[in-house]
Amino acid sequence: MKVLVAVKRVVDYNVKVRVKADQSDVDLANVKMSMNPFCEIAVEEAVRLKEKGVATELVAVSIGPKNAQEQLRTAMALGVDRSILIETDEKVDSLAAAKLLAKVVEEEQPQVVLVGKQSIDTDNNQTAQMLSALTGLAQATFASEVTIEGDKAKVKREIDGGLQTIEVKLPAVISADLRLNEPRYAKLPDIMKAKKKQLDVKSPADYGVELSSNLKTLKVEPPAERSAGIKVDSVEALVDKLKNEAKVV
Amino acid sequence: MSILVVAEHHNSELAPVTANVVAAAKAIGGDIHVLVAGEACQAAADAAAKLDGVSKVLVADKPAYAHQLAENVAQLLGELGKNYTHLLAPATVNGKNIMPRAAALLDVAQISEIISVESADTFKRPIYAGNAIATVQSSDAIKVITVRGTSFDPVADTGAAAVEALAQDTDAGLSSFVGEELAASDRPELTAAGVVVSGGRGVGSAENFELIYKLADKLGGAVGASRAAVDAGYVPNDLQVGQTGKIVAPQLYIAAGISGAIQHLAGMKDSKVIVAINKDEEAPIFQVADYGLVADLFEAVPALEQQL
Ligand SMILES: Cc1cc2nc3c(=O)[nH]c(=O)nc-3n(C[C@H](O)[C@H](O)[C@H](O)COP(=O)(O)OP(=O)(O)OC[C@H]3O[C@@H](n4cnc5c(N)ncnc54)[C@H](O)[C@@H]3O)c2cc1C
Ligand SMILES: Nc1ncnc2c1ncn2[C@@H]1O[C@H](COP(=O)(O)O)[C@@H](O)[C@H]1O
Repeated sequence: MKVLVAVKRVVDYNVKVRVKADQSDVDLANVKMSMNPFCEIAVEEAVRLKEKGVATELVAVSIGPKNAQEQLRTAMALGVDRSILIETDEKVDSLAAAKLLAKVVEEEQPQVVLVGKQSIDTDNNQTAQMLSALTGLAQATFASEVTIEGDKAKVKREIDGGLQTIEVKLPAVISADLRLNEPRYAKLPDIMKAKKKQLDVKSPADYGVELSSNLKTLKVEPPAERSAGIKVDSVEALVDKLKNEAKVV
Repeated sequence: MSILVVAEHHNSELAPVTANVVAAAKAIGGDIHVLVAGEACQAAADAAAKLDGVSKVLVADKPAYAHQLAENVAQLLGELGKNYTHLLAPATVNGKNIMPRAAALLDVAQISEIISVESADTFKRPIYAGNAIATVQSSDAIKVITVRGTSFDPVADTGAAAVEALAQDTDAGLSSFVGEELAASDRPELTAAGVVVSGGRGVGSAENFELIYKLADKLGGAVGASRAAVDAGYVPNDLQVGQTGKIVAPQLYIAAGISGAIQHLAGMKDSKVIVAINKDEEAPIFQVADYGLVADLFEAVPALEQQL
């Protein structure tokens, strides 16, 4: 069984981004970039499916700039067999990403497509759902446990009130939530080996997909600052402030 | 303008956040309908009919919608959506699950988790874990949007809309519901509570979380947690507050044993008053706290509970 994993290059989750002075966007010059944390979880799940003998081939795909090769190499160091970079320097919204991924799904015919639940840059949380709509495949988002049983997958999902279990027909699109697994780190010898693995570079045009978006960002601003608070030196002082100053208790 | 609001509900009950989404719809302006897709969901539909500003409630009462399976509900929205200029749902797990799928079926973008309506086609939404606010404009004929409930004051329930049954029954047959484990609690719902008391890794264990629960109960509040506390198994996943958990904006938020990572702040920064209790005076949580107390939570939390 083939598993496709979608991997996005984003700002590292430890970086506190700043807005550019001209308010056109956030400033990503000289900022550390990494694999989207939810994609790391998706890759880890794919690797575990292979280790369990459920998956036989793992293919990673990324849409992004040339440098996104770094994230694909990381995925291959972790156990992905080969990868595809759909190279573009343009902004790719979730609908366009889903359209491109749908073409890859058509070409590769995976049984399972693993994606992250959310990009930590746009905070969109859309691609998995859109991809499964466009391909007509079943959808299991926010997965915290995945069990493949024959031609079905049983997926435990993190929902607002707790956990829900659904069963989806394969092939299916599954999006990884935080507690699906704990991703491992790549080992040096595997990083070396990954350099020799196959990485095909394509363009959006190769798939006949237009990247134009009907969503335009007019402005990007910093959030409203909270005014600086104070330190209190005792529980008594805190209670006094809450009662008499903030008047919230 | 004609707007369809997708109700959040548990069949027998309408979730309060629906009233916040109707408020966002009113800010856009136009004729507002509410869709209640579920099974045996008449009670939810009747409650939706009372929401101020709603002119019609559409009820799709079919087994296919009983558990809000995304394929089935999105397909219904794909059909109904063509009659509207805007489709709105709360940015709950359900809304996030269904709306992007519906948008793709309609071949339009989806705008996630808006926090303000600037005009009928322009909205503000947080990006980068709330470290930036983007103003986005959509030129799609149908705008599919999820709404952050805490950013809009709920409409009153003084309305009396007509309720109309739909004949559609879209069962995609791709997925099925197996079961759920829902955390039962008498405490107020996290995203709607006036007071939230959250614990982090510093709380140390599930047993110790009793301290947090006690303080919350004293204040009539809800309990929240950081990701670290959830990952460690101290509390269930549905208590996680943050970028990828729940967004809360209570009158009072008390964070105990939470360092204040940006991903956590993303979920609680809009609280009116923030109190931080942490033994590390350098903890970043103090940068957003109105009142910071550098103390051992095992002493401070019970003392606070006593003195309130
Ligand atoms: C993709 C992604 C998404 C994430 N989403 C979220 C999210 O939605 N929500 C979220 O919360 N996190 C999220 N995180 C995790 C986040 O980055 C932090 O790791 C997490 O918030 C830390 O939790 P914490 O503050 O409880 O733990 P820690 O950072 O370990 O802090 C524990 C704090 O407790 C204090 N402490 C210890 N003992 C005591 C004591 N006895 N008395 C008083 N204070 C004490 C310590 O001084 C410390 O400040 C996410 C991370 C990633 C990568
Ligand atoms: N440009 C991209 N390249 C590869 N995968 C992507 C891309 N954009 C989104 N994805 C996948 O979709 C997930 C959710 O992204 P989003 O819908 O943008 O929040 C990510 O974690 C990725 O797995």
